[in-house]
Amino acid sequence: MTIPIDPAQNPSGGTQVEGPGVLTKDEKGISQGRLILRRFVSNKPAVVSIVLFILLIGFAVSASGAFGIPGWWKHDFTTLYTPVNGGRPTLTLWPFALGDHPFGQNTVGKDYFAMTMRGIVNSSYVMFIIGLTGAFIGVIVGAVAGYYRGWVDAVLMRLTDIVIIIPVIVIGAVVGTAVGGLGPVTLAVFLGFVVWTGVARLVRAEFLSLREREFVEAARVAGASDARIIFKHILPNAMGVIIVSTTLLIAAAIILETALSFLGFGIRSPEVSLGSLISANESAFQTRPWLFWWPAAFIVILSLLVNFVGDGLRDAFDPRQKRVVFRRVKELPADAAVVDSAGIVSDVPVGPLTTASGRTTEEGLSGEERQQP
Amino acid sequence: MLSYVLRRIGVSILILIAASFIMYLLVAWARDPLSDLYASNSPNRDQLIAQRIGWLNLDQPIVVRWFNWLIGAAQCVVPFGGCDLGVTIQNQPVTILLGRAVGSTLQLVTASTVFAIVLGILVGIVSALRQYSAVDYTFTFASFFFYSLPSFVMGVLLKVFVALGFNDWLRDPVFSWGTIIGISLVSGVLWQAIIGGPRNRRLVVAAASILTTGAMLYYMSVADWFRNPALGPIVAPLLIAAFGAAMVLMIAGPRARFAWRTAGLTAIVLIVAYFVLQPLMPSLNGWGVFLLFVLAIGVGVAAGWFLGEHDRGQAMRIGGFTGALGMGVIVLDQFMQRFNDYLTNPRVGGRPIATVGSQTPNLQGDWWIHGIDTFTHLLLPTISLMLISFAGYTRYARGGMLETLNQDYIRTARAKGLPERTVVGRHAFRNSLIPITTIVAADVGGLIGGAIITERIFAFSGMGSLFISGLNAGDPNPVMAYFIVVAIFAITFNFLADLSYSALDPRVRAK
Repeated sequence: MTIPIDPAQNPSGGTQVEGPGVLTKDEKGISQGRLILRRFVSNKPAVVSIVLFILLIGFAVSASGAFGIPGWWKHDFTTLYTPVNGGRPTLTLWPFALGDHPFGQNTVGKDYFAMTMRGIVNSSYVMFIIGLTGAFIGVIVGAVAGYYRGWVDAVLMRLTDIVIIIPVIVIGAVVGTAVGGLGPVTLAVFLGFVVWTGVARLVRAEFLSLREREFVEAARVAGASDARIIFKHILPNAMGVIIVSTTLLIAAAIILETALSFLGFGIRSPEVSLGSLISANESAFQTRPWLFWWPAAFIVILSLLVNFVGDGLRDAFDPRQKRVVFRRVKELPADAAVVDSAGIVSDVPVGPLTTASGRTTEEGLSGEERQQP
Repeated sequence: MLSYVLRRIGVSILILIAASFIMYLLVAWARDPLSDLYASNSPNRDQLIAQRIGWLNLDQPIVVRWFNWLIGAAQCVVPFGGCDLGVTIQNQPVTILLGRAVGSTLQLVTASTVFAIVLGILVGIVSALRQYSAVDYTFTFASFFFYSLPSFVMGVLLKVFVALGFNDWLRDPVFSWGTIIGISLVSGVLWQAIIGGPRNRRLVVAAASILTTGAMLYYMSVADWFRNPALGPIVAPLLIAAFGAAMVLMIAGPRARFAWRTAGLTAIVLIVAYFVLQPLMPSLNGWGVFLLFVLAIGVGVAAGWFLGEHDRGQAMRIGGFTGALGMGVIVLDQFMQRFNDYLTNPRVGGRPIATVGSQTPNLQGDWWIHGIDTFTHLLLPTISLMLISFAGYTRYARGGMLETLNQDYIRTARAKGLPERTVVGRHAFRNSLIPITTIVAADVGGLIGGAIITERIFAFSGMGSLFISGLNAGDPNPVMAYFIVVAIFAITFNFLADLSYSALDPRVRAK
């Protein structure tokens, strides 16, 4: 039996095939990553969401331009135009035509399509920066606290407690007031400094359990440094928790950013955000409802898509809530296949693989089980 | 255990002090409290600036100011110590402002938390028990949708469609045939999906709910019910009896005779009370109503004690719940009877659902009218605040229930032949509540923070507006007062979460 010194570089997991009947032929030699990918791809809503999300961001970026390259949309989001027809949207679906101002114009005559697209771009890159900065800090703090334990853990976790007791929106508003005028990127990085606490706690818990495993012991015996053990050996095994919580952090970040901008503590004019667009036009709902509907719809769509992707990722990494059979056998319809008790528990294997009555499917193996020597 | 609690309190106090320091620094750097005076061009500008510097001690370093603030705030803990949270930039004491604000925010947050927990757990469990059915998918999508819907969008939509729409519609409250048929069909589809079972049972359930809903809507429409709502002498007793029966079925099951007797006796007493109390109710106030509730629960518990036979605890629970719910029906009916008085009140002018503030100014009326007034003002903010946490709780309740149903002890319970109601209600449901308890408790602190946005949309003068206006003016003391209240709530509820976890799950020990 070999001990995989570096699980990340030996992801095929070939070591645990211990005799026929444990895994079927199709499943032999499938890597952990591929299993997760397969589970994710089989989740239709998540795949559709990620495709739509990329398309939407791509559309918005190409329309408003980025990195100094002008977009394909002819109008600018700051220029005033003469209001046409009270600023009504010129978009018609059948026959499809964009018209001059597809999303209409706001009260002073700015082109609302350009503003909304700019808002989507701003809100989405802000949410990525917040999510990634937060996840980065959270992973570092959690990893160090969980790996070293002792007084390091105590200090770092008390620090986490200090940040966690202030609601994110409150500390976010204070941070936004302080740095909101310095532009969206600065704001996003600083907001990342207040949202890392949840990730830190999750990563710490994961590290606390992973550091006791044999492969860590083996790496230490082989003379690996602490940094190498943390980043090369434990971190790849905690990737599931990190990816899922980062995705959910990004979904929370878009709500945070739009809420702060709505309150006036986030992105300030002349830059626009979906939240500040709603805030500026909330009172005009009765007269110009489209000024409210477009940004509102895009916030909900963006957040919904990211949440669906996050949910799909969670199911792919941790399929514990899948396939629960809880109705008693006698209540099942007569033609239904009777599921035996092994089918019920095969989602959560407790013992070694070989005891799972030879019916264990790929879904039945959670990440840690596969890495076990 | 005691040493754990004491150590935990000590650490919490240190954390609170450290967090207050960070917060104080951030607020001080965020905005200059003198900025509005620098921009003004009044002739006595310099004098005003000097005055404000004197009020807020701006000539001292930030750390010294924070230390002074901390000493003042610490005196709030000491009884009769003269609580001092500083003054605003207008030289008003923050303590007084905070006292007013805390009350109205707690009113808002309490109601929405309770509703969110009850509804979230109910929906989550129905969703889990019907996993991968149409109901499950509908609820899952709805909870994702509400989770993704920012509260400011939700608030504006509620204001425009529910408040303005309902108020306009109330001028002529009649349902069209299309609406009646549409709502009836939707309710039919929903109920058959929730109750489930074989096809025949689904069809019966669907037909029954379509007919009931349709008849109810038609009656409401014809009788001008929405302008003169009441449960009336037929529906109210029926409701009381139905609540009693529901309690028996849910807690004890249909074959427990002692439970039927307990609930029956309690329901009969309450139905009699409904008719006896009618002339008396309008003259009551809050304390009177509270006393009635206590009496009703007492009657139910007493009935359970005397009729409980071998299972007194269960019978007393059934009696108590029946009493409380029955009294709830009586009080609700009284509120409904007074609704027309409220509607025709000149200050209200026939537009009951308010979108702004927490009460109608200068409203004349007794306790019941003011109760309705509070209700109509709190309705929309509560809904919008509730839906945010509701979505999360639904997901947690569903996940927790599914994980519990996978446990071995559930299989054991089924194997020894317990009815499904007992398995789900007593073995699965209670254990699935353990993780939810901790999440909910930890969430309540955050909910108060979330109320900032809701308060701003509905112009509710609670703690959120104290915070926003303070932060906008660079006024440190109101912001710090808000922070200290929210942080204490968060710490307390986190603490309660940990304690309740170890109390509910003996495997986890507090240390």
